[in-house]
Amino acid sequence: MRTIRLQREDFDAGAEQANLARGRTDIGAVVCFTGVCRGDGISAMTLEHYPEMAEAEIARHVDEAERRWPLLGVTVIHRFGRLVPGDNIVLVATASAHRGDAFAAAEFLMDYLKTRAPFWKREERGGDTTWVDARGDDDAAVERWKRRADAAE
Amino acid sequence: MMGFASAQPILRTADEYEEMSVKLLYFAWVRERIGKPDEVVEPPASVRTVADLVAWLTQRGDEYAHAFENPKVIRAAIDRSHVRPDAALAGAREIAFFPPMTGG
Repeated sequence: MRTIRLQREDFDAGAEQANLARGRTDIGAVVCFTGVCRGDGISAMTLEHYPEMAEAEIARHVDEAERRWPLLGVTVIHRFGRLVPGDNIVLVATASAHRGDAFAAAEFLMDYLKTRAPFWKREERGGDTTWVDARGDDDAAVERWKRRADAAE
Repeated sequence: MMGFASAQPILRTADEYEEMSVKLLYFAWVRERIGKPDEVVEPPASVRTVADLVAWLTQRGDEYAHAFENPKVIRAAIDRSHVRPDAALAGAREIAFFPPMTGG
């Protein structure tokens, strides 16, 4: 089961996690990650996105995750619009027979979402708004998945 | 001999003259600097790659020059897939330009 949603509204991580495994007895592990808007001196942030590409790009990475790990379910939800500290931003939930595959696939999907999904954050700090710069360690996080793929070939 | 000079243009293929009409999309500070979210442009046939298109757009005005002042940080997508600057534009319907992504 695969669910990909881009939405302005909030999501309920507990409900999403429960939906993934409901009625199934083949699933032995569900990993559910939620990214949350951190305070860090900001009063709000606005997420701009490229809707059609974001959906296609996330689907491509879910395809890739399904090739790498024997997944039994994946849910990805990414919010856009204006968020305040404490708000949910993103959810990645993965289900598999064993925990190792679910953990690895969730981390893989999050690392790719950070650097490849077409979303851009603009922060409100005091009276100023500034576009968030891409972080080098997010790129490094993606690189290690590439090295693992190379090693596997 | 007189036939050759006048005949030469006829030897060129039709698509050398055909202007490509393509939709451009801009996001985040690229959109803000250019001052619009999208537009349709018709670059000349000599514009063959994403890098060529950036160079051609840069000539169009200060707002484009500002948006593309550091081409190394600009990311591009053709028809909703990430591409590198040397990617060919042939057949592209929608080309997007944006800064490095900061989602998640």
